[in-house]
Amino acid sequence: MKQQLIQLEINNQLYEIPVTPRDLLVDVIRKKVGITGTKKGCGEGDCGACTVLMDGAPVLSCLTLAITCQGRKIITIEGLADEQGALHPIQQSFLDHGAVQCGFCTPGMILTTKALLDKNPHPDQTSIKRGIAGNICRCTGYKKIVEAIGAAADRIATREVK
Amino acid sequence: MEGKKFSQVGRSVTRIDGPAKVKGEAIYTDDMVMARMAHGKIKRSTYAHAFIKNIDYSKALALPGVLAVITGEDAPNKWGIVPQTANEVTLAVDKVRFHGEGVAAVAAIDEETAEEALDLIEVEYEPLPVLLDPFESMKRAGEILIHENEPDNVLHQGEQLFGDPDQAFAGCKYVLEKKFYTSYVNHAFLEPHSSLAHYDPQNGQLQLWSSNQVPHYLHRQLSIVMDMPMNKIRVILPAVGGGFGGKGEASSSDFCAALLSRKTGRPVRVTYDRNEVFVTNKGRHPCHMKMKIGLDQNGYIQAVDFDNTLDGGAYAGWGMVVMFYTTSMIHLPYKVPNARARVRRVYTNKPTCGAMRGLGGVQPRYAMECLLDELAEMMGVSAYELKMKNAVESGYRSVSNLHVPHTEYKKCLQTVVENSGYLEKHGKQPFGKGIGLAGGYYISGTAYTLYLSYKPHTTVLIRVDTEGGVTVHCAAADIGQGCNTVMAQMAAEVLGVNYEDVHVVSGDTELGTFDLGSFASRVTYASGVAIKEAARQINDKLFEVAAGMLSCRAEQLEVRDRRFYSVFEPKKNIEWEKVVDVYTNTVGTLTGIGHFSPPRLKGIDLTRGERVQGANIGHSPTFGFSAQAIEVDVDVETGKVRVTKVTEAGDCGQAVNPMSVEGQVEGSIMFTLGQALYEEMHLDKDGRMMNACLHHYKVPTVMELPEMDTTIVDSYDPTAPFGVKESGEGPVQPTIPAIANAVYDAIGVRFTELPITPEKVLKALKEKQGK
Ligand code: FES
Ligand code: FES
Repeated sequence: MKQQLIQLEINNQLYEIPVTPRDLLVDVIRKKVGITGTKKGCGEGDCGACTVLMDGAPVLSCLTLAITCQGRKIITIEGLADEQGALHPIQQSFLDHGAVQCGFCTPGMILTTKALLDKNPHPDQTSIKRGIAGNICRCTGYKKIVEAIGAAADRIATREVK
Repeated sequence: MEGKKFSQVGRSVTRIDGPAKVKGEAIYTDDMVMARMAHGKIKRSTYAHAFIKNIDYSKALALPGVLAVITGEDAPNKWGIVPQTANEVTLAVDKVRFHGEGVAAVAAIDEETAEEALDLIEVEYEPLPVLLDPFESMKRAGEILIHENEPDNVLHQGEQLFGDPDQAFAGCKYVLEKKFYTSYVNHAFLEPHSSLAHYDPQNGQLQLWSSNQVPHYLHRQLSIVMDMPMNKIRVILPAVGGGFGGKGEASSSDFCAALLSRKTGRPVRVTYDRNEVFVTNKGRHPCHMKMKIGLDQNGYIQAVDFDNTLDGGAYAGWGMVVMFYTTSMIHLPYKVPNARARVRRVYTNKPTCGAMRGLGGVQPRYAMECLLDELAEMMGVSAYELKMKNAVESGYRSVSNLHVPHTEYKKCLQTVVENSGYLEKHGKQPFGKGIGLAGGYYISGTAYTLYLSYKPHTTVLIRVDTEGGVTVHCAAADIGQGCNTVMAQMAAEVLGVNYEDVHVVSGDTELGTFDLGSFASRVTYASGVAIKEAARQINDKLFEVAAGMLSCRAEQLEVRDRRFYSVFEPKKNIEWEKVVDVYTNTVGTLTGIGHFSPPRLKGIDLTRGERVQGANIGHSPTFGFSAQAIEVDVDVETGKVRVTKVTEAGDCGQAVNPMSVEGQVEGSIMFTLGQALYEEMHLDKDGRMMNACLHHYKVPTVMELPEMDTTIVDSYDPTAPFGVKESGEGPVQPTIPAIANAVYDAIGVRFTELPITPEKVLKALKEKQGK
């Protein structure tokens, strides 16, 4: 199929990538760009593992045609730690609270959380649950994820006060 | 007690693979890239039962970019995790036995080309009658067989007799018998199967990276299917995105990748789509059970009679083992002096059932805990009182010769009842609200290998030198449960260093020393024994050197916080590194090696002293226990059951990493809550799966998360390394019956078929009103 060049800004770096009209964003990020933190658990919009942030909003990259993303800013899990490599408070919180087991849902969970906290810095339990309702985790039973998100919100709030 | 003096064991620590996982840097099989890597795809059957008349793949082979096509004839050797019943082939030969079975596989330069090639493969079928119900399958065996050499469409059947249940029942005051059915469910681990094979034609070696939880058993199966010696094959596990038993045997993706790699001389990867994960299944066996329990006038269990028909699907897989586990699981966690089990595992034209978290336990546990609940009501006592009365104690030996060296099961029951307010709530809440109690247990490893062998089940090699510090080698599989971290903690404990100082090399059949794999909740216990022994050897050597350096006697030394101390004169001490440095400089790298061989107990009927068929299955060095009180709200308008609170207390022995144990417990509960209320694979009348996707299959999301209150009860098994037991499969056992008992408490209906869906609830409520 005919390929077309598109520009994507992924984790603050500009890429020019040839894509076909059928190429999905998840495959372009994983296979063509070669950063594989974004996971594919179902490929049909059911699990949230492939979540990336596009212009700050969470999208399911397995349902997104790459060709529609021309010029967009994308953040994947690899783009969350700071320049010096320090973990983002959400990442740190997931670690500290045991919210990671197999880790396959983790990138999507963390990015969905990032979008949630950007919009609502002090979510209550219900908002946290609603926020990540589209992300399946089969290992943890979610409890520690919800706790980690609550703690991350606190951590970010105190950091910003400082 | 030794257990109380730990410094590394018993601490909640972050997992050693955690940072890579939160950064998206952990590499899973499908993340790997190799030069010249080709992509494999599998063509799947569109019939559930049919002869294959012809496969024509000439057009596929002619498609530019296609590198190779294979069919069943390329690898006719049968594989199966239980060697006595191995009957699976990589791709169907002559006949397909379930809808979605692989019939051919393609390797191409990219996935799109491989997909396109699949469409060009023409398969001619001659359809056969499709048998989807195990009872129909047995009945029609005279007319149609799923496997020519399996006479009644039955893989295996067994009868076990212990004591004299008939006589015991005759003397019982309370007897209850009921039928139960558990549904057809899948693990739904989040990472689909993926296999990457690299066969090097020059040296004849095969490497396989696989999303798997039993590298050793996979290694053996590869050797059989590929007709290659094991020493020419290396199996490596990258990060694994969950298994829950579903990756507890080989997958056809492993063999297809390996065969296609050998055929093309290139690395080949096969990654399943989610829908392939469902249609190749290996999930929990649906069980059609009949259970009868008899109590004497004081409420003591006198006898259990159990009949189970397991719907096995198309192939053998773990089937025979699962079948005998269901019989074994009636002997604990209550004292059962007389028992009989009659079981059969039947072939049907469904995707095969296999091992799934808590295998063989979940089904009989559902029946037993619900029956005891009802019996308590018949007696007019609380289920708590009845269960406490019959609960096993440390040192118990069942009539089937299962030995329980240590248990805190009663403490588990007590704790949940207190923490949940069970006695105050049960039977006293308004219609629609209920609380249910159930208990359970699971093995912490097995006593026997799946193939006949006397070799140790685990070997651990610890290497210490100035270059690597401490490296623990063991081919165990960290599939997310966190065993790498736990192994580091246990090694650090004995060596007197920090767990962060320990490198763990696991999941590799070449670099890791022998281990059977992650199943049967065996790894913490088994590797713990081997680690203790290997680390002791290291310490012995280092103590001698340290003694020389400190001018004291080796046996007067201890090691902690990275220092050797004289026990009498703690001022005499020296850094651990310095001692290692001297040892390495004078002798070289230091190694210690430890093995674990479980105690072997025979499955006999203790009343007669006779061997009982299949009763070796279920023996374990020790057992973990869990009790749960679960609260539900039943919406009488919609029929929806909502779990509002789960109170759990578990006996996992000494928790090595309590945070990780909590994660196992919470994960177990949510996992099983799904089976109780939502999950079920549906097939149409032709055997095609109707809901092979996560959405329609209905895995619980965070919206179903109830309030959870879990307690790790104080426990230490003195016979176990560091006092440990399992924690990842015991807590799945009580969840289903606790929910069913809670629903009964809420609306007065006993559900004996899973899942308890709104439709079933509404129907039952209507029937109840009609009465
Ligand atoms: S992979 Fe995109 S939602 Fe599952
Ligand atoms: S940690 Fe395994 S799916 Fe969430």
